[in-house]
Amino acid sequence: MSGEPILEIRNVSKHFGGLTANDDVSLNVGRGEILGLIGPNGAGKSTLFNMIAGALPVTAGTIRFNGRDITAMPGTARCALGIGRTFQVPRSFDTMTVLENVMVGGFMRSSSTGAVRRAAIETLDFVGIGGRADAPAVELTPPEKRRLEMARALATRPQLLLLDEVMTGLTPAEAKAGVDLIRKVRDQGVTIIMVEHVMEIVMPLVDRAVVLHLGRLLAEGNPADVVRDDKVITAYLGERHRAA
Amino acid sequence: MTHRQLQLVLLSGVVIALAILPRVITDVYMLNVLVLTLMYAALSQSWNILGGYCGQISLGHALYFGVGAYATSVFYASFGITPWLGALAGGVISMLLALGLGYPCFRLKGHYFSIATIVIAEIGLLLVHNWDAVGGALGIQWPIGPDSWVTLQFARDKAPYVYLALGLFVITWLVTYWIEDSRWGFWWRAVKDNPEAAESLGVEVFRSKMAAAALSAFFTALGGGFYAAFVSYIDPESVMTFRFSLLFALPAVLGGIGTLWGPLVGAAVLIPLTEITRSYMGGSGNGLDLIIYGALIMIISLAKPEGILSLFHRNAKPDARP
Ligand SMILES: Nc1ncnc2c1ncn2[C@@H]1O[C@H](COP(=O)(O)OP(=O)(O)OP(=O)(O)O)[C@@H](O)[C@H]1O
Ligand SMILES: [Mg+2]
Repeated sequence: MSGEPILEIRNVSKHFGGLTANDDVSLNVGRGEILGLIGPNGAGKSTLFNMIAGALPVTAGTIRFNGRDITAMPGTARCALGIGRTFQVPRSFDTMTVLENVMVGGFMRSSSTGAVRRAAIETLDFVGIGGRADAPAVELTPPEKRRLEMARALATRPQLLLLDEVMTGLTPAEAKAGVDLIRKVRDQGVTIIMVEHVMEIVMPLVDRAVVLHLGRLLAEGNPADVVRDDKVITAYLGERHRAA
Repeated sequence: MTHRQLQLVLLSGVVIALAILPRVITDVYMLNVLVLTLMYAALSQSWNILGGYCGQISLGHALYFGVGAYATSVFYASFGITPWLGALAGGVISMLLALGLGYPCFRLKGHYFSIATIVIAEIGLLLVHNWDAVGGALGIQWPIGPDSWVTLQFARDKAPYVYLALGLFVITWLVTYWIEDSRWGFWWRAVKDNPEAAESLGVEVFRSKMAAAALSAFFTALGGGFYAAFVSYIDPESVMTFRFSLLFALPAVLGGIGTLWGPLVGAAVLIPLTEITRSYMGGSGNGLDLIIYGALIMIISLAKPEGILSLFHRNAKPDARP
């Protein structure tokens, strides 16, 4: 990791009434890396994603993207700058076909319907659901929906992609395909932050891991060290990992 | 032939058939029903832009209809300006009004938005009622003159009104057809289906709603201008009541909300039905038609939420949601 970080999170906090979902989180993300964001349920991972993507305002702190302060910027403008995201619970456009869903993202970069359609077909092929292009989005299976979420975000041509539990509920074979896909996306030059619970998936894939616990940054480092960290084992991984 | 080209062929067929009808039907009452059916098809097509595609359910479009009718009538009756220009002026005024009202109203979600549109339209009705410069409660009578395409007055032959209403329908259909396949069309449907996801994909959610509202209001006002010329006498009750707002929304809802053909199909079923009940039950003052509309809305939402057109779709599976 060299050069200016693509994303800088400085002392970011988020309160929902009396509840502290993120507490003074500071974090840099290097260009081109795959960063794993892990932590127990309710640790504040999705909340942090929402603040990076502009879906929720921060309570305190600043977020910079490519050196530019985006803390007060709405989600639409952040997408234009190059931040793409998926939702933990897929949010497809259910009156549209799969292809049309992806085209919505494509219109971020072009207003020519023909060009947007051609690019969307390519993107669907890239994520492996090209055969479902004309199916209504409601008819997709859960793993297909997660691929659609990725295709839609990729259609906006992001530099930074936030993946919130895109592998949850996949069979081992599907998860393997998912891992390959995420590598392929990174190889195209996209920086990735991914939230994932299954350690067997995250650890081999990510360049660096960050652990959130009760809204605070608990540990950060290369994956092999993080899983051996005593604090992380106690707070999240459990004794099963102590021997590893 | 692509799906989109097929739609154009279908439109040509429908237009030719409808243009021939006035040559076949000579009964004045029947021609009247035909004019109203086409007019409501056009108005519902306009409503559908905002309500069907963008998902912002307005129940106050009578306001824009009234503005169009009044602008056209005032310009013609007081200044002798042709209704062609009067209706355009009404359209522009309505568009600006929709933008001004949309600014606060589009911050409201779901039902709150719909309720606000009802209230605003009722306020508009009251204002016109008490505004003497536009005739107050008495309304505006169009001066009597010879039949003419300039003044849009045809006392004897009603066929020209059929062509005018048909023309208005074709324009609103073509605009919808064109936008459906453009960035705005995609953005509107994304806003309707899931605004949060839309925003994350770069959709300008607020601007999308404003654009849909402005366009929808513009064409609704053109319809109002046409109606004023057709009946040549308007007062607040005859163009601005809640009944009109319902009549703009219902055909689209009945035929297929957010679809290209839903408004025409819905109007073809609903308007003749309404007119027949009205002539048998007498007048519109007894509210019976409102009861029928209410019942229709309930039947549709229970039995076929996607409208009559969905009967013809192989893929429509409204229950497939997980
Ligand atoms: N919009 C909201 N309003 C109020 N509380 C919220 C909101 N969103 C999240 N929270 C709360 O903030 C805390 C962090 O939630 P978050 O969804 O960020 O956790 P997470 O780490 O993504 O958990 P999971 O692994 O279960 O997805 C939780 O206690 C949650 O209930
Ligand atoms: Mg989460």
